[in-house]
Amino acid sequence: MGLKRNVGLLEGLRYQGKGPMLTYILHRIGGLSIVIFVALHILASFLSNHAWGTSVGILINTIYEYWLFQIFIFFCALFHVINGLRIIILDLWPKLIEYQREAIWIEWFVFLPIYGIALFVIIRGGLGG
Amino acid sequence: MKAKPRTAPQKGFNFDYLMWLFTRLSALAMYLLAIVGVTAALLMGARQNMTVADLMRWAFMPNPNHVASTNIPNLEAWKGIFWNVMAYLMLFFAGAHGLHGLSNVLEDYISRTWVRNLLRGLVLLVWVLMSAIAISVIMTS
Repeated sequence: MGLKRNVGLLEGLRYQGKGPMLTYILHRIGGLSIVIFVALHILASFLSNHAWGTSVGILINTIYEYWLFQIFIFFCALFHVINGLRIIILDLWPKLIEYQREAIWIEWFVFLPIYGIALFVIIRGGLGG
Repeated sequence: MKAKPRTAPQKGFNFDYLMWLFTRLSALAMYLLAIVGVTAALLMGARQNMTVADLMRWAFMPNPNHVASTNIPNLEAWKGIFWNVMAYLMLFFAGAHGLHGLSNVLEDYISRTWVRNLLRGLVLLVWVLMSAIAISVIMTS
């Protein structure tokens, strides 16, 4: 890819990459979300250990213990983990790249039940057991 | 004036290739750590006393604080040197993997060389700082 990319954001969003493009975008969004979440999570634990930062730590804690946020972050983490496994398998055995679309189907079949179970547990807890 | 073309990445063992490899290998290492964490948690009574979400939280980072809110009666088995080492390994692999990923994404959208180098330095600084904070959190938990 050259340095000059005269592709605007809207034009880029209209790119018809379908399945592989979707996993690529979700992998990025998921990865960035995990980095931000984990950094805040570590900071909250650190602040909670000190008297001067307890209130800020508890504030961050209440955000990420909230069930709607858990639905989001579990999607990011589980998708990143399962999509990452597909990427590693295809990278280590390059001949399998021929079946990358099938690999993405298998990936969704693995991801949806696992995420579904986590979702069920989180929503049941969020609505009060 | 024509812009100077950017040189193509070199083949062989350079930094970018090593980090590409590290991203895959650190991910494999994290799968292994998570599998050990889940297996041990099931042996230590997770089936009766933890939810699936609690178990995943423990798998992502084996820290006793992640078990404190569950029905596990005694946290003794969930602490100690073994789990500390597991937590430090997870911290190292996840931190390096995640922050390298962050700089990778940033560099995809930035073409100026000096801005890229500046961001690389900043991300490296954030990695060192956050690792130090995280180590102190693990030590006090």
